[in-house]
Amino acid sequence: MTSIFDEAGRSIACTVIEAGPCVVTQVKSEGSDGYSALQVGFGDAKVKNTTQSMTGHFKKAGTAPKQRLVEFRDFNAVDKQLGEVIKVEEIFREGDFIHAIGTTKGKGFQGVVKRHGFHGVGDSTHGQHNRGRAPGSIGAASYPAKVFKGMRMAGRTGGDRVKIQNLKVVKIFPEQNILLVKGAVPGHKGAMIIIEKK
Amino acid sequence: MDAIKFVQDQLIKKTDFRKFRAGDNIVVSYKIVEGNKERIQDFRGDVIQIKGHSGTKTFTVRKISNGVGVERIFPIASPSIVEIKILKRGKVRRARLFYLRDLVGKKARIKERKFIASASASAKKD
Repeated sequence: MTSIFDEAGRSIACTVIEAGPCVVTQVKSEGSDGYSALQVGFGDAKVKNTTQSMTGHFKKAGTAPKQRLVEFRDFNAVDKQLGEVIKVEEIFREGDFIHAIGTTKGKGFQGVVKRHGFHGVGDSTHGQHNRGRAPGSIGAASYPAKVFKGMRMAGRTGGDRVKIQNLKVVKIFPEQNILLVKGAVPGHKGAMIIIEKK
Repeated sequence: MDAIKFVQDQLIKKTDFRKFRAGDNIVVSYKIVEGNKERIQDFRGDVIQIKGHSGTKTFTVRKISNGVGVERIFPIASPSIVEIKILKRGKVRRARLFYLRDLVGKKARIKERKFIASASASAKKD
């Protein structure tokens, strides 16, 4: 992320996204696949790490092996054939809103305060001492005699697939295929995300 | 390609203010908008922190106003900063002068850094 300044001199926190060029690697249609979709690939993969079956798949599209393939159903923003390149300015305009889908940063085993936003136990008052971040009661006793499913407890946090909605496109650099988006997107630096137009 | 660096090079205004350090006494002149009028206001104080790098660098200026400590954080690339003048170079031993917040009166002063014109320094100038 970085920040830029708008006309009024306000600082806007922005995420820089390298959004292309994407290559169409497969066109799925109602007739042959039962639904219509466009499969696009992004990022070059090492040839030696590409399986033979995938090599054949990329060969059909006439491109180098790609790192990540994503399918978009009923894609009609642009009319593209197999092997054609989609550039960022063909789909997005400045001022558009996008959704970003990605995997959040993994945070390991975390307690309920971080994981579920519990408030913890007061301050150092109310007669407590060593249980400031404890979850408290997880249910009653002999009835229901069990802990209900879905009870929020400590555990593995982060690393989930999430969608962040309505991020505004602040700026586009067509030559570099760079999108500048207001706000944050899921994942670590250099992570891959799927961008959907609103 | 370093995409973040590219974006910053494109969109962040280049600043050519004189370099200052923590402990320096500076005057920041910045534009403020009141209604639809614009005027320039000065903020004079000591730099207590410089943070970040390149386009997102900020600095914190602290002054005592009517006996109350006031701090203001400026992004160095902010388009509303018109000018930064350095009044005094301070002699300090650390980069973040947060200890000044706990000091009042004469103790909260920063010693001025004196430059002694040595023979080698004057030779460099020529």
